[in-house]
Amino acid sequence: MSEGVTKKFMYLNRKAPYGTIYALESLEVVLIGAAFEQEVNLVFIDDGVYQLKKNQNTGVNSGIGVKDFSKTYRALEDYDINNLYVDQESMNARGLTEEDFIVPVQVLAAAQLRELMQQQDVILSF
Amino acid sequence: MKLSVLVNEGPYQHQASDSAYQFTKAALEKGLEIFRVFFYHDGVNNGTRFTVPPQDDRNVVNRWSELSKQYNLDLVVCIAAAQRRGILDANEAKRQGKEASNLADGFRISGLGQLIEAGIQAERLVVFGD
Repeated sequence: MSEGVTKKFMYLNRKAPYGTIYALESLEVVLIGAAFEQEVNLVFIDDGVYQLKKNQNTGVNSGIGVKDFSKTYRALEDYDINNLYVDQESMNARGLTEEDFIVPVQVLAAAQLRELMQQQDVILSF
Repeated sequence: MKLSVLVNEGPYQHQASDSAYQFTKAALEKGLEIFRVFFYHDGVNNGTRFTVPPQDDRNVVNRWSELSKQYNLDLVVCIAAAQRRGILDANEAKRQGKEASNLADGFRISGLGQLIEAGIQAERLVVFGD
C-alpha cells in the first residue's frame, strides 16, 4: 500500500470543541494518521484554541450532555504525537494563556505558522 | 498530476459539496488523475441513494455516482462518520440489524486509513469544507 512513505501531515483545528462535531472527528483522523506512521503536526487556531482548554465540563448533570473528549489530547504523546502548536493571536484574542491548556504546546506567531505550513505535504483543515 | 479530494460537508446544505464535484469533474476532463474522493463529517450524506431533491434541482448524489461510473472514480465514505449519520451499505445494514441500506451506486464504505492513504499517494489533497 503506502509502506515506507512518510509525509508531513498538518491538522488545522479551527472550530470550538462543542457545537459542531469537527473537533471530535478531526481527532479521530489524527490518531489514524499517527498509526500510519506519518508525521503529525497539530495546529489550533481561531476558536480551535478552545479545544485544549482545561477543566471542560460537558456532562449531563452540569453541562451540555455530550462526551468530554479533551482528555484524549493528553493521550496523544502515547501515539508519539508531540508537535502541538497554538496560534498566538487566536490565544491572546480569547484571553487565554499557555497555563489554560490541558497539554504542553508551542505558541507560534503568524509568520512562524506560515513557515510551518509551507513545509507540509498535506494540510487537513477542520 | 495525481490528486485526492476530501469532502467535509453535506449536499444542499453547503456549497462545499457542489464545489468538490465541479472541481473533480473539471480535473478529470483535463486528464488529471483523481486517486480518491473521500467523504467525511456531514460529507457522508453525499452518498445516500435515498436523496430525493425537487425535479427542477440538481441531483448531487446521482451526479457523483455518474462521475464514478464514467471515470471509474473511487468514492469512499468514512465508516465511523457514516454510521453516526445513518449511512449503511448492505453488509453493515445486515450486521447492525437495520431494515434497509442506503449507500448510493459507485460509493463504498471504508475506514479513515483510506483518507491518510489518499494524502500519501496523491501529490495534492484538496479539501472542501466549511
